[in-house]
Amino acid sequence: MITEMRIHARAGQGAITTAALMGTAIFVEGRYAYAFPSFGAARMGAPMNAFVRISNQPIRLRSQIYRPDYVIVADPTLCRSVDVLAGVKEKAVVIINAEKPLNLTPPSGGVKICYVPANEIARRHIGRPLANTALLGAFAAASGAVKLESLEEVIRRRFPEDLANKNIASLKEGWEVACR
Amino acid sequence: MKDFIEGSDAVARAVALCRPGVISAYPITPQTHIVEFLASMVADGKLKSQFINVESEHSAASLVLGASAAGERVFSASSSQGLILMSEVLFNIAGMRMPVVLACVNRALSAPINIWNDQQDSMAVRDSGWIQLYAETGQECGDLIFQAYRLAESPEVRVPVMVCLDGYLLSHGLEVVDVPEAAEVDKFLPPYRPTEKLDPAVPMTFGPLAGPDYYLEIRHDLHAAMRGALKLIPSIAADFSRQFGRNSGGLVEAYRLEDAELAIVAAGSVCGTIKEAIDALRQEGVKAGLLRLVTYRPFPEEAVSAALAGVGRVAVLDKAISLGATGPIYADLATALVRGKHQARVNGYIAGLGGRDITIETIREIFTRLSGEEVSAGFVGLKG
Repeated sequence: MITEMRIHARAGQGAITTAALMGTAIFVEGRYAYAFPSFGAARMGAPMNAFVRISNQPIRLRSQIYRPDYVIVADPTLCRSVDVLAGVKEKAVVIINAEKPLNLTPPSGGVKICYVPANEIARRHIGRPLANTALLGAFAAASGAVKLESLEEVIRRRFPEDLANKNIASLKEGWEVACR
Repeated sequence: MKDFIEGSDAVARAVALCRPGVISAYPITPQTHIVEFLASMVADGKLKSQFINVESEHSAASLVLGASAAGERVFSASSSQGLILMSEVLFNIAGMRMPVVLACVNRALSAPINIWNDQQDSMAVRDSGWIQLYAETGQECGDLIFQAYRLAESPEVRVPVMVCLDGYLLSHGLEVVDVPEAAEVDKFLPPYRPTEKLDPAVPMTFGPLAGPDYYLEIRHDLHAAMRGALKLIPSIAADFSRQFGRNSGGLVEAYRLEDAELAIVAAGSVCGTIKEAIDALRQEGVKAGLLRLVTYRPFPEEAVSAALAGVGRVAVLDKAISLGATGPIYADLATALVRGKHQARVNGYIAGLGGRDITIETIREIFTRLSGEEVSAGFVGLKG
């Protein structure tokens, strides 16, 4: 079975890195993933998407994702112009980087929306509002789709030690916030 | 070793394992990560190649032409407008029989400006005398590089090879790729030993004037070498499969064609989506299949004709168009089937231009339309 994640962000906010970390964590778990971006026009700040498709089998499907099981919204201001819940499946898990709940109406009662103050978390741990690892931690907790340890491992692989430690602190706090 | 990487990275790592002496690139949009990765490897001392930044794509191609003439294994990568700016030199590289390998990241051509994927760029230079191979997956992006060097440098071929990979979908898409060990690659790809090269001690001219007395014969030789490659490509793919334990490359891939009544013919990463659509259609009782073109130039007429024997209706999906005529693959395929005395009805469809997404629904629509109106260049997904 294939499960699908759609990430909404603005170009420059690290959505591709988020998709890459997520896909690599799935790879670390011995599964298959296909992580890919869809740019607006490669301009900083323009709305863009990144996608991750996850399966136990090699993935052949190359189309974009229209019926996501998971959604991550890296910037809450996108919700004003983009329907971030478009096409979500009945039991979708949606992680939104926002201090307070937004006025979003999910298409079905089974959709789980989790608001995470990821900018604030990242500012404290990393010193800049690089929200991606906090959002991934929250996603892992809310969905159970990926292990926290796998994300931790790929963060260690990708970043130098100091930056990795800061991101892992951010990841773990994201996890805890989503658990509460 | 398996890793989770971009198709661009798979190409760059494969190129590094082939150890080219010279790599050239013009580092600007529409360039890709391929040469960025290679530049890093050279700068970090992990790859002993001369990496040369040049002032245009025309120069990038000229530089590898010169370095190849001097006897080096060479590499360059380009895309879209960059490839088109190279096109004058591409014809020269092929005409001088230089075994250059180039990766083309397939992207649309202006105008209007569009940075997204289709296959118009490489299709526009299909007549340049380059062998063209199209990858379906990130894995194949790397695997085709090894095979491309073997093929280009084979003395009986000596024709440049373009490895084509879909922009974004493969170039920027991360997936699991098995990157072979250097010793394995060395077993598959011997060092390049040119039979002749530019050498002050033994003066020689490449690409001189050939008047009406000889030009025809020289073009015929190049054509014959391309046709000869049709025999070598499957044997190199078979060698690759024996050594690395996976199938990549070759002329064509037949997917569920044995008893197929309907088939799609296509090239590149869209074939993965088509396979998914076919599996779904098969469950609904529709006998559908796919013929994937790995090799587009030289065109594998006989392999295509044999693979489609017994298929009643064939749809060709082109991600490019010869404007005012048909999709390029359609034209070649229709010719091959006529020459093979096929009775199949062949329709041509144009889809995915400028990055328009091709979904399972798009493929279903093509199969549905295949039973309707006869078209040679039916656009799919046009807005009203």
